[in-house]
Amino acid sequence: MLLNVFPDFVSAHAPMLVVLLPLIAAPLAMLVGNRTFAYWISLAASVCSAVLAFGLLISVIDGAILSYHVGGWAPPLGIEYRVDTANAFVLVIVAALSTIVLPYAKTSINREIAIRHHALFYACYMLCFTGLLGVTITGDAFNVFVFLEISSLSTYVLVALGAEKDKRALSAAYDYLILGTIGATFFVIGLGLLYMATGTLNLADLTEKLSTMETNRTMRSAFAFIVIGMGLKLAIYPLHRWLPGAYTYAPSAVSAFLASTATKVAIYVLLRFMFSVYSVKFGFERDTLQIVIFPAALIAMFAASLIAVYQMNVKRMLAFSSVAQIGYMLLGVAFLNVTGVSATIVHLFNHAITKGALFLAVGAIVYRTGSSMLPSMAGMGRQMPWTSATIVIGGLSLIGVPSTAGFVSKWLLLQSAFELGGWPIAFLIVASSMIAVIYVWRLVETLYLQPPLEGVQVEEAPLSLLLPTWVLAIACIWFGINAEMTVDAARAAATALLDGSYANGPVTVLGTEGR
Amino acid sequence: MSASSILLLTMALPLATCVLGLILRNKPNLRDGMTFAGTLALFGTVLALLFAFNDGNNGAVDLVAFQPGLSISFNVEPLGMVFALIGSGLWILTHIYGVGYMRGNNEKKHARFFACFAFAIFAVMGIAFAANLLTLFLFYELLTISTYPLVAHKENEDARKGGRTYLGILMGTSIMFLLTGIIWTYVLTGTLDFAPGGILADKVDNALLPILLALFAFGIGKAALMPFHRWLPAAMVAPTPVSALLHAVAVVKAGVFSMLKVGVYVFGIDNLSQTGASTWLMWLAAFSILAASIVAMRQDNLKRRLAYSTVSQLSYITLGMALATSAGVLGGGLHIVTHAFGKITLFMCAGAIYVATHKTEVSQMRGLGKTMPFTFAAFGIGTLSIIGLPPFAGSWSKWTLLVGSAEADQQIMIGVLMVSSVLNVAYLLPIFARGFFDPEAAEGDGLPWRQRIREAPLLCVLPPCITAFGCLVLFFFSGSVESFLAPIAAPLATGGQ
Repeated sequence: MLLNVFPDFVSAHAPMLVVLLPLIAAPLAMLVGNRTFAYWISLAASVCSAVLAFGLLISVIDGAILSYHVGGWAPPLGIEYRVDTANAFVLVIVAALSTIVLPYAKTSINREIAIRHHALFYACYMLCFTGLLGVTITGDAFNVFVFLEISSLSTYVLVALGAEKDKRALSAAYDYLILGTIGATFFVIGLGLLYMATGTLNLADLTEKLSTMETNRTMRSAFAFIVIGMGLKLAIYPLHRWLPGAYTYAPSAVSAFLASTATKVAIYVLLRFMFSVYSVKFGFERDTLQIVIFPAALIAMFAASLIAVYQMNVKRMLAFSSVAQIGYMLLGVAFLNVTGVSATIVHLFNHAITKGALFLAVGAIVYRTGSSMLPSMAGMGRQMPWTSATIVIGGLSLIGVPSTAGFVSKWLLLQSAFELGGWPIAFLIVASSMIAVIYVWRLVETLYLQPPLEGVQVEEAPLSLLLPTWVLAIACIWFGINAEMTVDAARAAATALLDGSYANGPVTVLGTEGR
Repeated sequence: MSASSILLLTMALPLATCVLGLILRNKPNLRDGMTFAGTLALFGTVLALLFAFNDGNNGAVDLVAFQPGLSISFNVEPLGMVFALIGSGLWILTHIYGVGYMRGNNEKKHARFFACFAFAIFAVMGIAFAANLLTLFLFYELLTISTYPLVAHKENEDARKGGRTYLGILMGTSIMFLLTGIIWTYVLTGTLDFAPGGILADKVDNALLPILLALFAFGIGKAALMPFHRWLPAAMVAPTPVSALLHAVAVVKAGVFSMLKVGVYVFGIDNLSQTGASTWLMWLAAFSILAASIVAMRQDNLKRRLAYSTVSQLSYITLGMALATSAGVLGGGLHIVTHAFGKITLFMCAGAIYVATHKTEVSQMRGLGKTMPFTFAAFGIGTLSIIGLPPFAGSWSKWTLLVGSAEADQQIMIGVLMVSSVLNVAYLLPIFARGFFDPEAAEGDGLPWRQRIREAPLLCVLPPCITAFGCLVLFFFSGSVESFLAPIAAPLATGGQ
């Protein structure tokens, strides 16, 4: 059952290798300093991680839990990597998206980043990738913070690299730096409080210790700090201010990678803390979800979508749409039933491929025309038909039209709303997706029904940009029609999160031999 | 070949036609010829499916699982079979007509036009054979999306506006109401399969039924029930072949077809009549019938007038469902067929007039019958069929609907149908009559009639003549259509498939 397609050593250390490979690739890329080498080693690390992550998902999909003791030190003192369905699913999202975006980045950064910075770009990209994987896989609270900072710090650099083309990237990166650091600080304060209250940082151990401490004020404060800290990282509506700038001015490949992975990982951490470490048994947590998260999610769905309608910069429009989509994901969490949480988890995946496809496609147009403003995309349906087609597919998936990935998420979300008897909420969900129709169609109309600007004559994007975009676009359709696989995985993950098996379930310890 | 694979072939064929059409985009003759072959092949396949169905094989097939217990699946039942026959049969004629129209009118972007057309037919086949609400919804939305480029075909400001209204209303209603209704049904009943006698019976509080019915009735925006009818006149900016097939047959009929299916297989007629959940819908449909007819009288643009006439006629079918009697549902099903033939004739004639003379307003068409006698003759036959006069097909469906109203003991509805016929006479017949009997041009120009004739190209004139002839033929064969449809009205008695 356990990863038996891999050699023994690999399967015994798979959870470690997933994170370690990109972590090794990053300094290598930097030290060698050759951009071709940097690219290939990054791609190799990314592909290996993706394969391993997929192997991990397969071995835990039936509810098994894998535990890996880093350096052979037993938890709760040593750092533990713990894989269940929920984080294996997120690992696959991150690693797969990274692998798809990297070949795209190779071409697209030629126009966006000075050649001397290319090796640096790959190094930061790998660090960011490492951080995201580490946050997801680790079973140690402080380790979450460490990896979170690895990914955040490298993200600030990645966003700032966009300054070659547009100086506003610097202020966007600076905004992100300040707000991201505040978020991280909140998070680490929360962890400190947890440590004070319980004396442990291992997530499974925390679960056990916290389960009898509902009235403890320290652990409640810790909850508040963690939720707000993560809220900043995942851009819950009023805390989203860093996101539009960062996504708009970052290089195209970075926008695509961040939009489809970074906030997803933050949501995963929130889910993990809410459902595995803390528990929905706690009255204060249910209150938080219903009184704080739920309205914030609803406001995000409407306010961010409405703002998106009025954006002239397409990347910015997509960024605001991301904020709105995060609202859907939080709404699923706030429903607190298995269907709702599986809607959230499946939307992590579906939104990752949808937004990834859209950012890549828009990036391809930017690559040719040099601008991400809406008017400059007029008539591109004729000049760049293949790229424009992916925008249509991605846009339809964003709206949630049947036969696209977005529909599956919406279906589950609506289903969970009805299971709770909340048909007014169901109505709000569909109403807000109507706003998505407006901003998507603004783009589609501009692409297809307007004559191109005077003197603009561009070719179709190069194949190296088209292929990754089309892979994601086809994934949008494939996982929209054949949704059984993703829905099953998401449902398993949601069940695992809600029934608390992360801490209590039977654990298989990996990598004990030969130590 | 098994019935299931024939069924899948009916969807594969238009899809293949669409793709091939795009590949052959620079070879117009080859492309149009290939598409024509595709239309014939599709009609043949649907006929083959009909024979298989008559042998008792319903070709049920599950394509892919969407969720555990819920999949994209298809099967054949009488109503869908009839809809598929109409759609595929009239596609042949519309394609011929479309080639004539697009070439005669020097329209642009033929490849995209015919490709979207074929894709729309693919969606129609999916709707016709959908075995559950999920599949129906999937293809319903695909139909909306694939017809949007057809509506906005001219790419000017009018077309953009029309396209926006079209997409906004159709997608808006379907996402806001239909999807909500479907998922609600799923949560309440645990299934979405179409089943004889309905799936909602005894599962839902009776007070909830009318609300659920409202979600479906308004959600199926393609049925153009007032107040969500505006997309239909807006879609008239499309080239006429689009208006003809899509907005007299495929799109609007997909709407009322879905309405009938939901009424018969989700709610169940018995359930509806016992609970009275559809009474409000009956009144709304009656209002829609009369109001749209009155609006139609005031339209000078011929296509807009026909569009409002369609809104009115579609509500006949909704009314048939809402009456919740077997004759009402049968009449509704029959009206899908007869109205399709009548209205497509009228639209094709309108297009032929436009190609030949570039006239779009009714007031400009006085005396035109003398130069375009074939077109106007066909128009006249279509008009009479829509009004419901024998010996044309429309008379039977109207008759059956009247019987349905009587069965339901709704004398007022009988009155509504009568008044509506009179209104039909008032807004359709004058076009035909003035075409031939124009007092101002009574003397004529002294030319022999053969020299006066300046018809549209043959490819534009022949198809409406054929469909007009169809109206006549259907009058004599509507009995067999009716007996074919009969099982849907009494599914529990015959046991269904």
